[in-house]
Amino acid sequence: MPQFDVVIIGAGMSGLAAGIRAKMLGHENVAIVERHTIAGGLNSYYQRGKRQFDVGLHALTNFARLGEKNRPLLKICKQLRIPYDRLQLKEQRFSSIQFPFGEINFTNNKQDLITSVERLFPDEIRGLHGLIEYLSQFNETDLERPFISTRQELTHFFNNQNLIEMLLWPLLIYGSACEDDMDFGQFAIMFKAIYQEGFARPLGGVRTIIDLLLERFKMLGGEIFFKKEVKALHHDNQSCIQSLEFKDGETWQATMIFSSVGQNETWQLTKKNNALAPIGRMSFTEAIFVFDSLTAAQSPTIAFYSGHASAQYHRPEMLFDKESAVICFPNNYTDCEYKETVVRITHPANYDLWKNLSPQAYRKEKENVKEAGLALLSKNYGVDATRLLFHDVFTPLTVERYTGHQAGAVYGSPHKIKNGATPFSNLFLIGTDQGFLGVVGALLSGISMANLYLFKPTSHQMQVPNEL
Amino acid sequence: MTQVQVRDAVLAIIADIAMDQDVTGLNDELALREQLDLDSMDFLDIVMELKKRHKIDVPQEDYTKLATLKSCVDYLTPKFKQ
Ligand SMILES: Cc1cc2nc3c(=O)[nH]c(=O)nc-3n(C[C@H](O)[C@H](O)[C@H](O)COP(=O)(O)OP(=O)(O)OC[C@H]3O[C@@H](n4cnc5c(N)ncnc54)[C@H](O)[C@@H]3O)c2cc1C
Repeated sequence: MPQFDVVIIGAGMSGLAAGIRAKMLGHENVAIVERHTIAGGLNSYYQRGKRQFDVGLHALTNFARLGEKNRPLLKICKQLRIPYDRLQLKEQRFSSIQFPFGEINFTNNKQDLITSVERLFPDEIRGLHGLIEYLSQFNETDLERPFISTRQELTHFFNNQNLIEMLLWPLLIYGSACEDDMDFGQFAIMFKAIYQEGFARPLGGVRTIIDLLLERFKMLGGEIFFKKEVKALHHDNQSCIQSLEFKDGETWQATMIFSSVGQNETWQLTKKNNALAPIGRMSFTEAIFVFDSLTAAQSPTIAFYSGHASAQYHRPEMLFDKESAVICFPNNYTDCEYKETVVRITHPANYDLWKNLSPQAYRKEKENVKEAGLALLSKNYGVDATRLLFHDVFTPLTVERYTGHQAGAVYGSPHKIKNGATPFSNLFLIGTDQGFLGVVGALLSGISMANLYLFKPTSHQMQVPNEL
Repeated sequence: MTQVQVRDAVLAIIADIAMDQDVTGLNDELALREQLDLDSMDFLDIVMELKKRHKIDVPQEDYTKLATLKSCVDYLTPKFKQ
């Protein structure tokens, strides 16, 4: 029976990062097992014709410049020993929060958000300064703090509910596993990641990041197995996992196991269904459009659009909520030249309603997602639908099918396990359900959990500080 | 090893960990954290590399001895000799 020191389930961002750290921390036989044929997980890539598309990746959050201190992105580069320059980051032009009563713009210069808020809400500017000051003192990575409602907390700083809705909207849709609210710790992480550090995109998209991670992992001597789906984690009712069984019939033994497939998904592999956590209710549709010319040159890099007067971040009552959207122009970054315009439009969607459609109705509803996207682009940016060259639509079912996240819950369960611990002494959670979200979050999760559980340089009992 | 050689060995480790940063011209008396962007996770990597490259154990209660280049040299030189 094959025997490994460390096995990591899933070659998404968290799994790849954990694999690299496991090797760096001196573990001999380290394997990543992935059920797909390529790496990346929720942020992977695919080819249609001659075009290559990212799955997801609108933007990398937490933009940082070399030389800045205490920046999550630079910490990741440092911990994985990936030279920053190899990410080839291109900065966003600007992003925009659009509500019926106005717009707030922000860039990678944190002052721009303040200026823009001041224009629309002059009476709230003291509150914004107060919030920023409070956040600068706030320890958002405390893994022990209980859930604090951000909506509640923000009323201490602002009187105008419209501003609260606007500030919340991008942070909810880019990183909340709960509906309509988020934990204040997560808000603090996201506020810094998006409004203060900002967005960038690697030249070449998500593939640039995936290739760097794979190259590093293999160079360190790690092994990666594709089309290798874990079917069960056997424990014989003991307190540790004794073997991994794969769909292809093989059985392996592993001293330590890290799972990035999600909480319930992991429990199901152990057949311990009594420990089930609530399944996340937030999923999305995403439409990708390619136009034959630069049709929206003045557009932001990312627009967080709400046709509603408040942030409607919950499972919609219809298949998808066309009045809530992220509109991303993934080639509208600085120093990028393209002949075509790509647009990705994401809407909150209802998994159950999609699940219950007949195959014909499913196809028809995907067509409606496309039409809603084109209508929004025409209304907001005057984009001419006749210039469309290509489109594709994902639904919550696509997300579930390709990533294994139940109900297509991109951000996993609302119940996070921040220390990664499970009822089994050699099994740990990383990634989405450990609690750090997005590409940067998933990478940090893999790094910090590997450091926490795999660092053993001496015979002494180690207490590793889990500070990020 | 002489103190100078120990200093070089420590600096080589730090240079690999802080790969994007300039480690020339560090002040030996000032905290490394103040001069470089290093956090507790990076100090663990220093401990790990000392073990890997030079078979030196630094128990957790001694981590504070790695605060400055000078304290590193003072603390590690006898260990390099063992
Ligand atoms: C449409 C979309 C857009 C997004 N846009 C952005 C963005 O712009 N910026 C950003 O920062 N984040 C974005 N995200 C979020 C980001 O992709 C995720 O938060 C992050 O990639 C999660 O990584 P992970 O490692 O936790 O999980 P995953 O990527 O889900 O990794 C889990 C892996 O495990 C594999 N797996 C599952 N079950 C098994 C099994 N039984 N055996 C073996 N392997 C298995 C899966 O195939 C997958 O590869 C987006 C997500 C989506 C879906």
